[in-house]
Amino acid sequence: MRPSAVQLLNILVPIKRAVDYAVKIRVNPEQTGIDLNVKHSMNPFDEIAVEEAVRIRERLKDAVKSIKVVTIGPPKSAETLRTALAMGADSAVHVEIPESAPAPEPLGVAKTLKALIERQKEGVDVVIMGKQAIDDDAGQTGQMLAGLMGWSQATFASRVEVDPEQKVANITREIDGGLEELRCNLPVIITTDLRLNEPRYASLPNIMKAKKKPVEKLTVAELGIDLTPRLETIKVTEPLKRVGGGKVANVDELLAKLKEAGVTGKRA
Amino acid sequence: MIRLHNSIRPAFRSRRWAHNIPTFSHLNSVNEEDLAHFSSILAPTSILSTLPSISTPADDIAPYNVDWMGKYHGQANSVLRPRTTQQVSEIVKYCAQRKIGIVPQGGNTGLVGGGISLQKEIVLSLGAMNNVRSFDPVSGILVADAGCILQSLSEYIAPHNHIMPLDLGAKGSCQIGGNISTNAGGLRLLRYGSLHGTVLGLEVVLPDGTILDQLSTLRKDNTGYDLKQLFIGGEGTLGIVTGVSILTPPAPQATNNIFLALPRFDNVLPLFQTVKRQLGEIMSAFEYIDRTAYDMGLQHGLGPLLSADEVGDSQCFVLVETSGGNQDHDLEKLNNLLENLLTADEPLINTGVLSQSPTQFNSIWALREGLTECVQKEGKPYKYDVSVPLADFQKVVDAVRERMISKGLYGDHAISKVMGYGHVGDGNLHLNVIAKHGYRPELEAALEPFIYEIVADRKGSVSAEHGIGSMKRDALHYSKSDVSIDWMRKIKQTFDPLNIMNPGKVLP
Repeated sequence: MRPSAVQLLNILVPIKRAVDYAVKIRVNPEQTGIDLNVKHSMNPFDEIAVEEAVRIRERLKDAVKSIKVVTIGPPKSAETLRTALAMGADSAVHVEIPESAPAPEPLGVAKTLKALIERQKEGVDVVIMGKQAIDDDAGQTGQMLAGLMGWSQATFASRVEVDPEQKVANITREIDGGLEELRCNLPVIITTDLRLNEPRYASLPNIMKAKKKPVEKLTVAELGIDLTPRLETIKVTEPLKRVGGGKVANVDELLAKLKEAGVTGKRA
Repeated sequence: MIRLHNSIRPAFRSRRWAHNIPTFSHLNSVNEEDLAHFSSILAPTSILSTLPSISTPADDIAPYNVDWMGKYHGQANSVLRPRTTQQVSEIVKYCAQRKIGIVPQGGNTGLVGGGISLQKEIVLSLGAMNNVRSFDPVSGILVADAGCILQSLSEYIAPHNHIMPLDLGAKGSCQIGGNISTNAGGLRLLRYGSLHGTVLGLEVVLPDGTILDQLSTLRKDNTGYDLKQLFIGGEGTLGIVTGVSILTPPAPQATNNIFLALPRFDNVLPLFQTVKRQLGEIMSAFEYIDRTAYDMGLQHGLGPLLSADEVGDSQCFVLVETSGGNQDHDLEKLNNLLENLLTADEPLINTGVLSQSPTQFNSIWALREGLTECVQKEGKPYKYDVSVPLADFQKVVDAVRERMISKGLYGDHAISKVMGYGHVGDGNLHLNVIAKHGYRPELEAALEPFIYEIVADRKGSVSAEHGIGSMKRDALHYSKSDVSIDWMRKIKQTFDPLNIMNPGKVLP
């Protein structure tokens, strides 16, 4: 698979339909996961990714040939694709899995994306995706994809600048100690962090235009991928409820209470 | 009827707050003996007073004496915060004997100076009575103390998939008792109707201390005169609401909203008709924001929902909310509506946005609900909450602006902004006239009775939902006939012959 010809960029934005950020999460009665009978919407980091792709086009104009969004999910994920199209993506791919199927794992998603990228006749130069999904907080897919493809990767991006002529991308990453500046050769996998941009609202004219944009439907079988989970979730519980603190009258009482709680002293 | 000894001005002259504080010569102020008596009824934490025996710091009493806008400054030296209806009853009984005036106060978010002590009346705050008494998830009937904060009630019933029948920007502070005493309208009235319909029963302490228990949870009960309707919107002048029984509607399964930019104001009315027709039963709010208000909101960090290019020179904006049982059904209706609006030969709108997630839904509402706070940041507002025909909204705003210009009072030195926003679906305009450097008598003189006369000419209401309070007593006659006002006085005389219950409010 070769990247596309000089100067024209094809951008791929994988997105995920996840539990909405504003929803109060509850563990399901079977303790196998969270209650999914709640509002879903596009993973906020993926919104940022779509927005960044659209902004790259606004900056580079004709140098961006296409912005394609892809999602792996049940039929309802089609709405999420429409939102991305309404934000400015050109076309979409829906890798549809049954409603009852278990949620795909990061490695499975990465393999599916790899298969999809390899199918793109025009190639893919930049993949922008959210750094993690807010429902599983895995934060692995971008990195795994880069590993599988053998491509450069820049994760937790807070600033992105693509130079199609030089075929590089200058990216600022948020790391524990501060900011790191990277220069990556294209093709590149970028994962977005919160400060990269503020996503736009889908305006009505764009929502209307989005209805006419093409959505390609695929199955994982067609891509030759098996999404059977390799991990088994044994139990999901809520964190222990926080109990109130107590006041003690003096140091002796403090020591007594600590002993009660099983805290033993140890010489440093 | 005990006559108030303030100067009775001819009704057509404007009312200057600062120079018209009444002297209730028929009433007594609170003294140490009174405090001693209250101490026998109430816990120490329920009594605040600047009198020596209690010596509450002035800062602690201040919040009860100043309204939310900082426009009305009260004179109470004592505040009581009873915890039970029985305590309220005993307080009122005592005050009736001693002829001490009582100002019932809820969240103190009222906008017409109705909850402020005018001349040392005691403030009776319901804030400590904040328990939910019962909730039936099948019928949706909620019974609660009057001091429950509206937002807390919403959160209480949310897990049972119910919502409160009213919603307003002040929800984090306003109390249900106050909502009822002012017959608050708000953002959902269009869909769920007024409190006159959704309140099933009330528990009220009457001006002689008697507890009137009509806390019915019956949906239908036609047994005699419906007394509760007097207290709904009675602004605390006929009794103190201590308990509420209210019908809460089921939470909609699907909610969406759209924010539309219109090229000119004249499109609002046809837009309203189109939206009403095409959305039908799922329309749950229709709010209007003029360009001045929108720009102010942007300046204070609300939004932006649309880019400046998209907005262009749009003259006004509309927010429409839908609530229904089925997301697919609602979205289909919405998409059809939007397509029709955009592809019409002469489109009524320039552009707009449709919420794509609950988070976006909340931020679209935040723009409309945040306007009132922005206004407070701009200066001191003169607020005129009026009902006029929808087609006249812009004319009224423009007429007021013209008036201020003609008086040389328009500009950063005096009135910096004149704007309108509000529940256009209910024909209710919130006219905000901002005095950048504070309230001044000549500003009020230029505005009143000018605005009331414009409203009266259009047979509108000088107070669509905010009530009369102390602000609009002398403007009551612009919207109600002498016969009506006369009968209101008779009812007041029957319930409160001593005139101790929120004196100086509502009736001129």
